[in-house]
Amino acid sequence: MAGVSAVRPASWPLRLASIGFALYLAYALSHLELTPARFLAGLEFGQKFLAKLFPPDFHRWELLLKGLKESLEMAILASALGVVASLPVSLLGARNLMPAWVTWPARMLMVVCRSFHPVIVAILFVKAVGFGALAGILALTVASLGFLGKLFTEAIEEISLKQVEAVRSTGAPFMSVITYGVLPQVYTRFIGFASYELDANLRNSTLVGIVGAGGIGGTLFAAFQRFDYDFVCAIILSIIALIIAGEVLTNAVKRVFRA
Amino acid sequence: MTPASVAEREWRRFTPVERGARFAVYFTIVAAIVASIRTVEVIPEFVADAPEQIADLLRRMWPPDLAYYPQEINSALMDSMHIATVGTVLAIVMALPFGFLAARNVTPFAWANWLARLILISARSVNTLVFALFFVAVFGPGALAGTLAIAFHSIGFLGRLFSEALEVANPGPVEALRAAGAPWPSVIVYGYWPQVAPAFWALVLFRWDINVRESIVLGLVGAGGIGVVLDTAMNLFQWTRVAMVLIAILAVVVVAEVAVTYIRKKII
Amino acid sequence: MTGTGFSAAPRPGAVSVSPPGGAALAIRHLRKEYVRGKPVLEDINLEIAPNGITAIIGPSGTGKSTLIRCINRLVEPTAGAILFEGRDLTGLPRQELRAVRRLIGMVFQEYNLVERLSVIENVLCGRLGYVSPLMAWLRRFPPADIGEAFDLLETVGLAGFAHQRADALSGGQRQRVGIARALMQRPKLLLADEPTSSLDPKTSVEIMTLMRDLALARGIPAIVNIHNVELARRFANRMVGLSGGRVVFDGPPEALTDHYLMQIYGGENWLE
Repeated sequence: MAGVSAVRPASWPLRLASIGFALYLAYALSHLELTPARFLAGLEFGQKFLAKLFPPDFHRWELLLKGLKESLEMAILASALGVVASLPVSLLGARNLMPAWVTWPARMLMVVCRSFHPVIVAILFVKAVGFGALAGILALTVASLGFLGKLFTEAIEEISLKQVEAVRSTGAPFMSVITYGVLPQVYTRFIGFASYELDANLRNSTLVGIVGAGGIGGTLFAAFQRFDYDFVCAIILSIIALIIAGEVLTNAVKRVFRA
Repeated sequence: MTPASVAEREWRRFTPVERGARFAVYFTIVAAIVASIRTVEVIPEFVADAPEQIADLLRRMWPPDLAYYPQEINSALMDSMHIATVGTVLAIVMALPFGFLAARNVTPFAWANWLARLILISARSVNTLVFALFFVAVFGPGALAGTLAIAFHSIGFLGRLFSEALEVANPGPVEALRAAGAPWPSVIVYGYWPQVAPAFWALVLFRWDINVRESIVLGLVGAGGIGVVLDTAMNLFQWTRVAMVLIAILAVVVVAEVAVTYIRKKII
Repeated sequence: MTGTGFSAAPRPGAVSVSPPGGAALAIRHLRKEYVRGKPVLEDINLEIAPNGITAIIGPSGTGKSTLIRCINRLVEPTAGAILFEGRDLTGLPRQELRAVRRLIGMVFQEYNLVERLSVIENVLCGRLGYVSPLMAWLRRFPPADIGEAFDLLETVGLAGFAHQRADALSGGQRQRVGIARALMQRPKLLLADEPTSSLDPKTSVEIMTLMRDLALARGIPAIVNIHNVELARRFANRMVGLSGGRVVFDGPPEALTDHYLMQIYGGENWLE
């Protein structure tokens, strides 16, 4: 936003809202029993805890790699499935291309898919299809459908319909209108969204294992419960490294397709 | 009409280098997918069986146990909301200094930028749930662990986007203030802050929306909120109660998203 | 402006340029209402000869754009018939409508090129009605089509621009691509909706010259919306004046006196 906006809220409604919010915070803090005393008491224990974390213990590196590999596989497959699934759904949800009776169900589907945390969806899939990577892949695909679908639909709704009209006027079939009139306008944004989703899936794939849906999360949780904190530290460091590597890769891919 | 040379009339969509790069990317993507399918440990029979199993689970959830809401769900759900909100506020307080430190135009010391960025990246890469595991181990189960988990993870997100907003801020007002001899804190409050404030509040709202979703699952590891109720119901196979919890969660998340969209329209 | 006493038939003394028979396009009793009871077009009757440029003039908002778009049903007529290639377009189901649209080329006021695609891809859009969606997506057009596309680009004066992205071109250049795209369809009718409104005067003349020359050379009748009456006079051999949703003038440019212009556009001041 250009220009310098006012530094202090000058209006009374805003002032009242701020005071109200401060009161709410005080209430919430006491309701949740977040007292400074508890915090300080925990800090001391926290120091000892941190000492237990270091140095990180990598001697179980085979187990570590196996978990990371599974997380990576889950993220890749879920992203691929998510893209494939969300393309048609997002097209159906675009209000500038489709009538209301088509867009409403499509949009509702996407809302439901992204309203639940992937971990919750993972638990449900674990109960349904059993422990392991399948549950994780399905859960992450559902989440991808919700988020990617929404981003794709928003991109489609922002296109210029004049270009679409021109392609229609040549007598092109529906799919060609999409590939020549709609897709060129949204293609680069799609690539950006897809790589963002791959990144998000990589993060989430390290999580869903906590509830048994495969990946490094399971290894992490097990180590926690065994109080094997050196190993926990090693796992966390590897997760951070994996995510950073993933970000670097997706940035490179985005640059190749930006042309 | 002079005929153009064959080479000029040949239609090449991409230069050879571009083509090579695109092919490399496609190839890698396909190879990654194929490799993943082959090595992932998924039993094909389970995949085929999945739709039937999912349908069975859904049947067991119907009808949702409406009475369960006032009993257990409501207060736990409110707890999750409190955790999300307090955690986000705490994250703001902690993220601001990191954001200023990481912005190259605000803090001219490269080592400080680098250190701040490292901390922010690490905070972003460790999930809220993993932070929650930590804090439960340190502070014991309950809302304190959950709130800190939300806060620490959000620092990474808020801090990074905040520093990016600072880096594209207009240097004009800042230079004017420095030329007038204003002390450092004043430069920040009057020079940078007014420019990034709208973007910052939009980010905070976006993050709060995500935190609402995240706070819901924290209970699964004991960090308070509705997750505990969900976990209990699932472990006891009380599927109709599970269904009620899920519906309540859906309602809260949708309301939060609507509220955020509404408030964003008013700020922007 | 309804109820001003103008009839739909050509004024007495005006020379009709419609041939006795064999019209390329016939519009019968065309009516379009966006809001019930408030028609934008009322009882339009026109016959377009198989050759020549017909200019449609009239004040803004009088339905010129709607009329053009009703012909290829980008806008759905409320009532009436559009007879083209032996069929009434208003009743056609979607598949057949698409097939017929291939034969109608359209040039737009704002060029409506696909900005992100290259010039050659935009021209080849004209053949999209003839290749399967899969082949089109893979950019596998018949070599003869690709050759023709390059030829058309030369004809409109854009040889060498084939691989540039459409949004890198100037307004006049983009409209040339638009013309090439329309001609790529090998159409039996050319529609142009205010093709020069977004261009400067010099470029407007260039574009109108190009369109007229190509249409006449290839034997394609053209219907052109223009709001610049002088341009219309210069390039069309038949003028149709719309006012209040009705045809109030239909004749050669010479017959279009200030008297008629005032009735079409209203007021005296703008003529000075």
